[in-house]
Amino acid sequence: MHAPAPTAAPKISARHVSVHYGRKQAIDDVSIDVDMENVTAFIGPSGCGKSTFLRTLNRMNDTIPTARVAGDIRLDGEDIYAADMDVVQLRARVGMVFQKPNPFPKSIYENVAYGPRIHGLAANKAELDHIVERSLTRAGLWGEVKDRLSDSGTALSGGQQQRLCIARAIAVDPEVILMDEPCSALDPIATAKIEELVHELRGKYAIVIVTHNMQQAARVSQRTAFFHLGTLVEYGVTSQIFTNPRQERTKDYITGRYG
Amino acid sequence: MSGSALFFLVLGLALIGWLTARARAVRLGGATRLHSLPGQHGWYVAMWVAIPAFVFLAAWGWISPQLVREGVLASPQAASLPAFAFERSAILAEARAIARNPDLGAFNPQAEVLAPIYRTYLTRYAWIGTGIALILALAGGLYAFSRIAAPFRARGHVERGVMLILLVASLIAILTTLGIFGSLLVESARFFSIVPVADFLLGTHWSPQGVGVAHPGRDLGAVPLFWGTFFIGAVIAMAVAIPFGLMSAVYLTQYAAPAVRRWVKPMLEILAGVPTVVYGYFAALTVGPAIRQFAVALGMPYASSESALAAGLVMGVMIIPFVSSMADDALAAVPAAMRDGSLAMGATKSETIARVLMPAALPGVVAGILLAVSRAIGETMIVVMAASGAATISLNPFDSATTVTKQIVDLLTGEAAFDSPKTLAAFALGLTLFVITFLLNIVALRVVKKYREAYE
Repeated sequence: MHAPAPTAAPKISARHVSVHYGRKQAIDDVSIDVDMENVTAFIGPSGCGKSTFLRTLNRMNDTIPTARVAGDIRLDGEDIYAADMDVVQLRARVGMVFQKPNPFPKSIYENVAYGPRIHGLAANKAELDHIVERSLTRAGLWGEVKDRLSDSGTALSGGQQQRLCIARAIAVDPEVILMDEPCSALDPIATAKIEELVHELRGKYAIVIVTHNMQQAARVSQRTAFFHLGTLVEYGVTSQIFTNPRQERTKDYITGRYG
Repeated sequence: MSGSALFFLVLGLALIGWLTARARAVRLGGATRLHSLPGQHGWYVAMWVAIPAFVFLAAWGWISPQLVREGVLASPQAASLPAFAFERSAILAEARAIARNPDLGAFNPQAEVLAPIYRTYLTRYAWIGTGIALILALAGGLYAFSRIAAPFRARGHVERGVMLILLVASLIAILTTLGIFGSLLVESARFFSIVPVADFLLGTHWSPQGVGVAHPGRDLGAVPLFWGTFFIGAVIAMAVAIPFGLMSAVYLTQYAAPAVRRWVKPMLEILAGVPTVVYGYFAALTVGPAIRQFAVALGMPYASSESALAAGLVMGVMIIPFVSSMADDALAAVPAAMRDGSLAMGATKSETIARVLMPAALPGVVAGILLAVSRAIGETMIVVMAASGAATISLNPFDSATTVTKQIVDLLTGEAAFDSPKTLAAFALGLTLFVITFLLNIVALRVVKKYREAYE
């Protein structure tokens, strides 16, 4: 196991993480650091464990009864699997965007206001309005929806729905945003918008994006981790991974030998 | 020949047809390649033997009594029959009973005279029917047998035959319902020719025992009955069934460990299979007296043990599995992505359920509740046993109450002439209830359908 890529102060630091689903091992001894300045991409063929690993970072694997996580994952030095860690707080700090856009069957406004409401972030309607507007603006959706905030979120196009989900995640002011193949259900134009958005959000949030589209990883990320068969094969600066991979397996995957 | 003997005779012929056709196909198959399997040739012939004969017999069962009746009425002895339809039917029915079972004594001398004539016609048409059925069976069999050949596509024909049988099976329930509805309509029309619709639907006085001849509508106002039905079935029962049904569905789908769910869910479903009479006992013997004591303790010394509350509570318990299983399905149908999305925002489980899952599942839940209401207002046994009482419009759940179904039972049991407004009122009540539950079911199905489209 080689050392994680050098970064500034790591936002998330994972050491020797293994995940089992029942008896099946999905992740084997993965160590990785994620920082605020860079967008980190996880790439690898289907079933390599990249999404599973992503879900350990905000403990979404807790919702799968058979999943067991071993190892050490720290957010700003705090052990997120510690007994006294409040999962609700953790998930408010580490937001997530899913593969398929999953807006709630509520209005656009209510979708974005959902997080601030449950976490009590707004004292009154004016503050809530402000949070909703700011989040939608950051997600690049405000201009398109400002006149129809009371329409159902599910009535938007796929790309708009995904940006709505990003706005929803932003609304609780997280520190980290995890994106699990956020463009896999979108057309190229909607994909381009999401990628542009990732660029704009970089630096404000630590962003981890899982993708099996290598061009996308090259376009949006500064750090790339290549997963294969549940292990982390190589982690480094994106340009280096794509032009000069150190591992044979990475090279094979990048050049399209498999995956 | 009796019906059942004929039935088995035709079945036997079909079996013979199957065996011979199969044997012939096997023999043909020795020389050339058959298109269809020998068994399929066998089924083809068997179907041709049985289906036309059975279709004819079903129709004949309908036609022949009328032919017999016509024959009897045409005989010279029938000329002296009274002209009044009811009386004439009664005599004919008696004659037929004597004709079938000569040991019966005659009550009406005219029936005794007609009996032998009746018997003659009965046997004559029975033989005609048997003959035609057997000819049809043999003709069908021979026709089918003659078509057996190597290239003959028996497989496709058998397939179509199977489809036909399935189609008939599925139509039987629908046609029966239509028939019931039709007969309800006819009887209700007779009722409404005596009692004005407005009196029945808007009248607030119900006492069928003392129906006046001049103004029968004054004593046949159904509002108290519909109030009782609504109060017991849609208010009290639902006050029990909705909260407990929903909460049990939420627990089973969201909280219960798989092992718990594996045990609790079937147990809950067993509740739905308990005969309603058993619930009736429970309501009448256990819950009713307990509620009476409670009412007495509350300061109502004359409280009855047959209260709307007793019937409603037990009915509510009976309905819990309906609400629960519909809500369970609706909650389970909400995509997991929705739940994950909420949990990933840092929502707790109960916040997720209350704010995301329940709103998303609401149409399915509402449909479940509507079906439960329609089931509750059609429920009879519990009310008959536990709430039989005066037809009053009262908001007090400790008062006795009565429902539409309970009154239908009262009106149709015991001695009653079938043309009095009192008896006919039962059909009008039935029709109204039928229409109400029918509408509830349609609304429920539409809601469910709309909801399904939202997530596919």
